[in-house]
Amino acid sequence: MRKLTVLLAAVALSAAGEALASEASEAGLRMEPALVNRLDVESLQRGARNFVNYCLNCHGAQYMRYNRLADLGLTESQIRDNLMFATDKIGSTMLAPISRADGTAWFGVAPPDLTVESRIRGKDWIYNYFLGFYRDEDSTTGWNNLVFPSVAMPHVLWNLAGTQKLVETEYENLEKAEAAAIAIKGLALVEPAKGGKWVVKTVAPDTPGTLSAVEYKAFVTDLVNYLDYMAEPIRNERINIGYVVMLYLGVLFAFAYVLKRNYWKDVH
Amino acid sequence: MEKFLNWIDDRFPLTALWKSQVSEYYAPKNFNLWYFFGSLALLALVMQIVTGIFLTMNYKPDATKAFESVEYIMRDVAGGWFIRYAHSTGASAFFIVVYLHMFRALLYGSYRAPRELLWIIGCFIYLALMAEAFFGYLLPWGQMSYWGAQVIVNLFSTVPIIGDDLGIWIRGDYTISDVTLNRFFAFHVIAVPLVLLILVVVHLMALHEVGSNNPDGIEIKEKKDPKTGHPLDGIPFHPYYTVKDIVGVVVFLIVFSIVVFFWPDVGGYFLESNNFIPANPLQTPEHIAPVWYFTPYYAMLRAVPSFLNSQFWGVLVMGAAVMLFFFLPWLDRSKVKSIRYRGGMYKAWLAAFVVSFLILGYLGVVPVTVWGQFGDKVPLLGGADRATVLARVLTVVYFLFFILMPWYTARDKTKPVPERVTWR
Repeated sequence: MRKLTVLLAAVALSAAGEALASEASEAGLRMEPALVNRLDVESLQRGARNFVNYCLNCHGAQYMRYNRLADLGLTESQIRDNLMFATDKIGSTMLAPISRADGTAWFGVAPPDLTVESRIRGKDWIYNYFLGFYRDEDSTTGWNNLVFPSVAMPHVLWNLAGTQKLVETEYENLEKAEAAAIAIKGLALVEPAKGGKWVVKTVAPDTPGTLSAVEYKAFVTDLVNYLDYMAEPIRNERINIGYVVMLYLGVLFAFAYVLKRNYWKDVH
Repeated sequence: MEKFLNWIDDRFPLTALWKSQVSEYYAPKNFNLWYFFGSLALLALVMQIVTGIFLTMNYKPDATKAFESVEYIMRDVAGGWFIRYAHSTGASAFFIVVYLHMFRALLYGSYRAPRELLWIIGCFIYLALMAEAFFGYLLPWGQMSYWGAQVIVNLFSTVPIIGDDLGIWIRGDYTISDVTLNRFFAFHVIAVPLVLLILVVVHLMALHEVGSNNPDGIEIKEKKDPKTGHPLDGIPFHPYYTVKDIVGVVVFLIVFSIVVFFWPDVGGYFLESNNFIPANPLQTPEHIAPVWYFTPYYAMLRAVPSFLNSQFWGVLVMGAAVMLFFFLPWLDRSKVKSIRYRGGMYKAWLAAFVVSFLILGYLGVVPVTVWGQFGDKVPLLGGADRATVLARVLTVVYFLFFILMPWYTARDKTKPVPERVTWR
C-alpha cells in the first residue's frame, strides 16, 4: 500500500512539475485585427460595392436580398443602378452567377456561399485572408495563402493589391520564433521545421498594385465590414433594441424590488 | 364574480386548488438565493415552449430546406431573429438554472427523505431535458448539428450485439438523413415537451405534498401553530414567494436579455460558428464538440480507453455518471441534511465534485491535445495527452463523490441542528 502511494505521488508530482515547466508558447497563426466599424454606413456601402464587383462573380450570398441593402441607407434605385448585375428583381437574393458544377469544374471546389461566412470564420480571419495571398509557382492558380494554405481561390484583388512573396526565416527554438513573429506586428505563421527548428512565415510586397498598401487595407476593411453586416443584418437594430430592453427591465426591477420589500415587512 | 366562482367551484375544484397549491401552500420563510432557480426553470420551460411554437411556424424539417429556413427566420420573418436567439439562449439558460437547481439540492440535502420521489422525478426531468436538447440541436442542420447527432447516435451503436441495429432504428437510416431530421423534429416539438410538462406537473405536485426543504434542512411541518395548524416557520407561497420570485425573474431576464441582444452566440458556446455551415455528410469537421451543457459527460466518454476492442465502456461510464444522481437519497447517510451543519468531509467532497464537473466541462469543449503530451521522463504517463490524463483523474473523483458517499457522510462530524429555521 505504501509503495503504491509513493509511486502515485511520484507520478503526480513529476506530471504536475512537467506540466508547469513547459508552459509552452503556442505555434500557429498571428493575425492583424480587422478594425471595422459596424456603424460606419459609408464603409458598409463601399464594402457592398466591393463585394458585388469582386466576389459576386463566383460566390453567392443566397440568403441576402438586394432590397435589404436599404439597411445601409441606399434607395431602391441606387441599389438597382449600382449593385444589381445578376437579376432585375429587387427582392431576389444574391445568387451566384455561376453554377456549383461550373465552380467545381473550374476551381476544383465550388466557391462557398458567403452570406454567413463572417459568422463561420470571424472578421479577423477574412481580413487577414486578403492580406495573406502570395505568389506560388507550384500551385495551379499561381497563388497561395498564408491564412488558408493551398486555397483554390486565386487572388482576385491582385491588380489592386500588387503581388507579395513568401518570406521564411528559421529560428533555433519556438521562443525565438514566437518573439520574431510578434515583432512582425502583422500576419505571421509559426511552424515547426526540420531538425527541431522553427520557421516564421510572413509575406512581403513584391510588385505594387494600383492601390497603396494603406488604400488596399482600407478596401479590404470595407469589404470585411460588409461581410460582417451581411452575416447578421439585424445586428445594429438588435443592439439598439437591447438598450431599450435594459432600461425597461431596470425600471421593472425597481418596482419588483419595492413590491417584494413591502410584502415581506411582516416576515421575521 | 363570486357567484361565477361558486358556479365553477361546484363543478371544478378551482378555489381548492388555488388554496392548496398557491395561497395556502406554506413554504419555509428562510429561502435564500439558491431557491430562485426552481421557478426560473419553470419560466425557462414556458419560454422555450412559446418561442418554439413561433419557430415551428416558419421552420421546415426537410434536409434540403432546414438550414435555409433558419436563415429565413433570422432575416425575413418579422422578429424572427429575436425568437430564434431567445430559443437558442433559452436552451443554455434552461441548463444553467437546472444545474444550479440541482446544486441547491446537493447543498441543502433536498433529495433526502421524505423528498426521495421528488428528487427522482427531478432526475427524470433532467434526462428528458437532455433528450430535448439533443433532438433540437439537429434541427438547424448545420455541420455541428449533423456531426454531433452522428457522434451521439454512434454511441448507441457501440452496445454489444444489438448496437448496429439500434443505431439504424434510432436514425431510421444508415446515416443521419432527412428521415432522422423528421423524426427528431417530431420528438423535439411534441413527444419530449409533453413528457417534460407532465413530469414538471408531477414534480410540483410531489413538492407540494412533502413541502419544500430549506437552507437549514429541517422540517417546518414539525413545529405548527396549535391554533391555525400552519407551520410556525412557514409563509404562504402567495403572495410572499410570488412577489419574491418576480424579483428573481426580472434579474434572470436582465441577464438573459444581455445575451440575446448583445452577445447571442456567446463566443461560440451558445451558437457554434461551425453550425453556420450547412450539414455536409461528406465532410467531417476537424473538431466535433457538443454544446457546453453536455461537455462534462463528453469529456468522460473520451477519457475512457477502449477495452476488448470496444468503445462501449466509455458510453457505460457516461450513462452511469448521469444515473448515479438517482441514488443520492440512499447514498447519503448523514444525520443532517444541510451543508450548514455538515462536517468538512462532505464539504470537501462536494467541492471536489463541482471542480471536477466544471473542469470536465471545459475539457469536453477542447481537443484532447489542448495541453500537449507528457514528456518521456514522466513515469507511466510518458507520451499520454495531458488533458486525457486529467479527465481520467476527474472522472474518478466524480464517481468517488457518489460511491464513497455512504462512508464519508456517515463518518463526517456534524453540528447540532437548530429547532427552528435561521436567517443568514
